[in-house]
Amino acid sequence: MILLNKFVYADNAATTRITEEVLQAMMSYLTENYGNASSLYSLGVKSALAIDKARNQVASAINALPSEIIFTGCGTESDNWLKMFAHRLAKKGKTHLITSCVEHHALLHSMARLEKEGFTVTYLPVNKDGFISVEDFKDAITEKTGLVSIMFANNEIGTIQPIPEIGAICREKGIWFHTDAVQVMGHIPVDVQAMNIDMLSMSAHKFHGPKGVGAFYCRRGIPMDNLLDGGGQERGKRAGTENVAGIVGMGAALEIAVSHMEEHNKKVTALRNRLIDGLLAAIPMSKLNGSRDNRLPGNCNISFVGVEGESLLLMLDYNGIMASSGSACASASLDPSHVLMSLGMKHEEAHGSVRLTLSEENTEEDVDYIIEVLPTIVANLRKMSPLWETIQKEQNA
Amino acid sequence: MIYSAKVMEHFANPRNVGELADANGIGEIGNAKCGDIMKIYLKIENDTIVDCSFKTFGCGAAIATSSMATELIKGKPLDEALKLTNKAVVEALDGLPPVKIHCSVLAEQAIKAAIADYYTRLGIDPTPIVGVIDNDHDHHDIGCGCDLDD
Repeated sequence: MILLNKFVYADNAATTRITEEVLQAMMSYLTENYGNASSLYSLGVKSALAIDKARNQVASAINALPSEIIFTGCGTESDNWLKMFAHRLAKKGKTHLITSCVEHHALLHSMARLEKEGFTVTYLPVNKDGFISVEDFKDAITEKTGLVSIMFANNEIGTIQPIPEIGAICREKGIWFHTDAVQVMGHIPVDVQAMNIDMLSMSAHKFHGPKGVGAFYCRRGIPMDNLLDGGGQERGKRAGTENVAGIVGMGAALEIAVSHMEEHNKKVTALRNRLIDGLLAAIPMSKLNGSRDNRLPGNCNISFVGVEGESLLLMLDYNGIMASSGSACASASLDPSHVLMSLGMKHEEAHGSVRLTLSEENTEEDVDYIIEVLPTIVANLRKMSPLWETIQKEQNA
Repeated sequence: MIYSAKVMEHFANPRNVGELADANGIGEIGNAKCGDIMKIYLKIENDTIVDCSFKTFGCGAAIATSSMATELIKGKPLDEALKLTNKAVVEALDGLPPVKIHCSVLAEQAIKAAIADYYTRLGIDPTPIVGVIDNDHDHHDIGCGCDLDD
């Protein structure tokens, strides 16, 4: 029941559109080049070579060696692999882990499982903009700390963590450092050497690649146990017939993203600033969540008190705008976003949040259309909201 | 979240929205923390609901159930309105996703609260007529699922 023929995709942190170039790169591996990369004949070799090329593309995007890249099924799978590594560290008495309270659930739930299995986990708090404190981090390190996992940038509020500082401290102390870089790959520069990153998770569909393929960077020499035992694929680390087309798409998408990063970053940041400024100016009692400056180029997360996020999303959808929310009611869990709550927001503020995430495919027209439509939606929902009535009475009192 | 066409229609075009200036029974249920508040306004004459309206802070299902519930009680005698169950609201909307059933319970309880307010204003103890209003939002029957202790 869409009112207009408008279609504005503003949920690029959820997933992105596969570009025509990426699709073309993948296509032959879904059709005529169907060989198993483990086969000896030429059809198989074509697949093996295509995977090699993708591995090179992914490795060079983060300044790693091709042999340090292992393709997986998704970012979640890559994050989950850490559990096996933690158990290996535990044998040497390293039973303490450090992470942050704003991680993706793939990481947080993995940590919760490790806690049940006897590990101690420190969840670093964040300030009102979503940053962990490097001092807090230093203070949390103990003799038993074996592994640190801090996300590169947050999926909800876009806050970019001080990764190089964390990396340098981990290196100095001899602690392994993993980062969930799912939201940043292809959008901002990542250099595993310069940033002292030992392990990193990424996912292809966040940078215009296909769904169902991710990668794990693991610095040479780190003793990772096999995630999947079986054939010798991925140097035995992650057995199972390769998703050739997916891997090819990932390599192509990341290479394209990195080669246009500066130009796209500039464009998307300008669009995002136009969106943030436009919405904050047009909607009374609205508030930007996360840091104004140190945030992902495409991320805009705003709270509107007095309205509930799921209603906002449904109304946006009617108007042809795709977005997401940290509202409890928009999720199956019925809990408001742990990220927004970690910023010290009240439940009612977290309920009234909307996340709009742009990519270089968005236009100024898209942004202006959102700025035109959203204030009316918020006003209409506030008009029928008893909570807004209460807030206004309190303000006038 | 997949809603029925009926839910979406009531969400997009809610009936009976806004305050009722001459309401003589008003009931409010829910809280901001849980993400839904329903306020029902009733105009009652000769034990009949001659008009009603609502204001709701909440999700699509909360707005749709408020809209449908007010439609179902409009013009009805009080004893009949009191018999309105959340199940009837859900059925009238062609179903709700399981996690949204609590919205229909809120609608049922908000109507009861508004009728109780009407009796209270008349100096009549509403409890024997209306029963106990369940505004314990963390109650299992309402099942909003949010953790009020955190």
